[in-house]
Amino acid sequence: MPNVQIEPPHSDLPREKFEQLSSYIDSLDTARGALIEILHKAQDLFGYLPRDVQLFVARKIGIPAAEVFGVVTFYSYFTTSPKGKHTISVCMGTACFVKGSDEIFQAFKEKLNINSQETTKDGLFTLNNVRCIGACGLAPVVMVDEKVYGKVTLEDVEHIINTYRKEDSI
Amino acid sequence: MTKENMIHIHINHIPLEVREDITILEAAHKAGVKIPTLCHLDLHDLKLANKVASCRVCTVELIGKNSLVPACVTKVSEGMVIHTNSIRAIKTRRMAIELLLSNHPNECFTCPKNLECELQSLAKELGVREIKWIGERKKFEKDLSSDAIVKDPNKCIMCRRCETMCNEVQTCGILSAIGRGFKAFVGPAFDIPMAESSCTYCGQCVSVCPTAALTEVNHTDKVWEALADPNKHVVVQTAPAIRVAIGELFGIDPGTIATGKMVTALKRMHFDAVFDTDFGADLTIMEEATEFIHRMEHGGTLPMLTSCCPAWVKFIEHQFPELLDVPSTCRSPHIMFGTIVKTYYAQKYNLDPKNIVVVSVMPCIAKKAEAKRPELTKDYNTDVDIVITTRELGAMIKEAGIDFKSLPDSEFDHPLGETTGASVIFGTTGGVIEAAMRTAYEWITGEELKEVEFTQLRGMEGIREATIKIKDQNVRIGIAHGLGNARIILEKIRDGKSPYDAIEIMACPGGCIGGGGQPFHHGNDVIVKKRQQALYEEDRNKKIRKSHENAEVLKLYKEFLGQPYGEKAHRLLHTHYEKKDRI
Repeated sequence: MPNVQIEPPHSDLPREKFEQLSSYIDSLDTARGALIEILHKAQDLFGYLPRDVQLFVARKIGIPAAEVFGVVTFYSYFTTSPKGKHTISVCMGTACFVKGSDEIFQAFKEKLNINSQETTKDGLFTLNNVRCIGACGLAPVVMVDEKVYGKVTLEDVEHIINTYRKEDSI
Repeated sequence: MTKENMIHIHINHIPLEVREDITILEAAHKAGVKIPTLCHLDLHDLKLANKVASCRVCTVELIGKNSLVPACVTKVSEGMVIHTNSIRAIKTRRMAIELLLSNHPNECFTCPKNLECELQSLAKELGVREIKWIGERKKFEKDLSSDAIVKDPNKCIMCRRCETMCNEVQTCGILSAIGRGFKAFVGPAFDIPMAESSCTYCGQCVSVCPTAALTEVNHTDKVWEALADPNKHVVVQTAPAIRVAIGELFGIDPGTIATGKMVTALKRMHFDAVFDTDFGADLTIMEEATEFIHRMEHGGTLPMLTSCCPAWVKFIEHQFPELLDVPSTCRSPHIMFGTIVKTYYAQKYNLDPKNIVVVSVMPCIAKKAEAKRPELTKDYNTDVDIVITTRELGAMIKEAGIDFKSLPDSEFDHPLGETTGASVIFGTTGGVIEAAMRTAYEWITGEELKEVEFTQLRGMEGIREATIKIKDQNVRIGIAHGLGNARIILEKIRDGKSPYDAIEIMACPGGCIGGGGQPFHHGNDVIVKKRQQALYEEDRNKKIRKSHENAEVLKLYKEFLGQPYGEKAHRLLHTHYEKKDRI
């Protein structure tokens, strides 16, 4: 693809990541039809797809920002808000749900003071409700990053949160 | 097409021999069978083809295949047996509309598109008698941020016509489908308000929207209020393209010149003076032709681009900010006119400009936003106070109980009502540059131009070029209408590959006759061509056909402005452009 020079925007986002994204796009044979691929790369680099990154991609490959935004909002994989250091996923599959995972999820929401898909102000946690993760025997199940917690009770919620808070403060 | 490419099909038992590369919809058209459509829109001259097959209103039944298919995108094939009016096809089409209505605001009475809405018409045509499904509805905020366009996503049926127009024809790239499923809507990037986007307000999205998801901001009440205020002197001006389109709103054939009736209607609405924007157009030519000759003789920037079209001006500001020295600095004709009303006219009749209200009737939605531009509103309060579209004027005439069809003819008022044939053709693609050439030719050569019609500049092709010999010079002219075509010309200029000396650009396909504020053509683009023919006819009917022979314009220079392109003219009739963000 022709090497189109686009200045990274003046923002708090790291300049070197824009440069990495730029050289990734330059390395493609063609940016035509590669928007989704490019957005995956951008989300890998930045952790999410803020407005400045979407605008940068649009200008770099010469398509309207509205088109980029349209694709970003169409696919649930893409996110426009930053992810926390840890992602808490509460399973809402049938088995977990029957075992009260909705209450567990509610408890996380209250204790962290955020809604689904949101991130705490300190940037430590992002909360998700997810479909069956295939550990029904341990229902209700909560995952924090890659670690699985089984047979979670309402009392465990605070304990789980504190484990990561402590770990982070060390 | 050779015989081998022809195939045989049956539509509603009618045997047909058709080309193999056409759709069922096209084949049905040949057989005189009407298949209703909603999302589908194919405007050949405008090069707009919206074929997303999202609405399913054109569903037909294929016999023997046990299948229902959308006629708009399904190609015919040998031996195909199509029933467009089987009970199954009819019920399926009706259901498509019923499902759309289950999530549509039930407010036809107060809707701006009442009786102009394609969804409403189809509900009637397809026999919808109840809304069977009641469930969750979209609850979006209306976007009222701009001075020109209202966006109401609750009325959007996701037909994507606006998107196709905005992205493929106009290449503005403002509108896109956002989100998915039930929550999907059409809007600008990052869901910013329209006013914060790079929208040019050309209004072509409004022209093709089948419902009221995109409409113009209605300013008719402001006009009624001004007319009712005894302290206000309300002046109205009408753009060239209004007179050849307004009749359509009253059942008069497209392409009929209704200038005299329109003037009578405005007088019966009690405007204090009924003037013609054509006067402003002649004034524009005086300035623009002088500027062009000045640029040619003094090594100024060439090509020079016309600047009458506010959507086009906004387009270059957002999309090609490095080329802002290229357009003429002339204000657009209705703004020039507004300025002259608030200065020359006010002085002449001893009126306080503060008490004058200038109303512009325009075929255009962008003119609404143009009139609010800061640099055009700093003196005399504003140059133009209120802009209404052809459609809005039609609505006002109806509100006033005026039977337009039976009106006698009247003449525009003076001293700002005299016009020429040159100014009338401002309303069509090619017209502004033709008017400019009629004047530039005589000024450069000092000879009379015998044949005033430059037919080589006329037509409907998106990009046209011609060379006009003036004295020993060949003036190379470029013409583009539709912003996608304008982009092609601008890219040439940016890359130093433009062969042109003067270029005319109009944002709307066809020029102002196809403007976003004109009566809806509902997919029949022949109407736009008829309006064009009517403008050329009006030009031929005029005694004076060159702008620089407009006696009232010459008097204005003598009494008030001084020299064309002189100091005072510059201050009052010219403007500047500014770099704007692209988003």
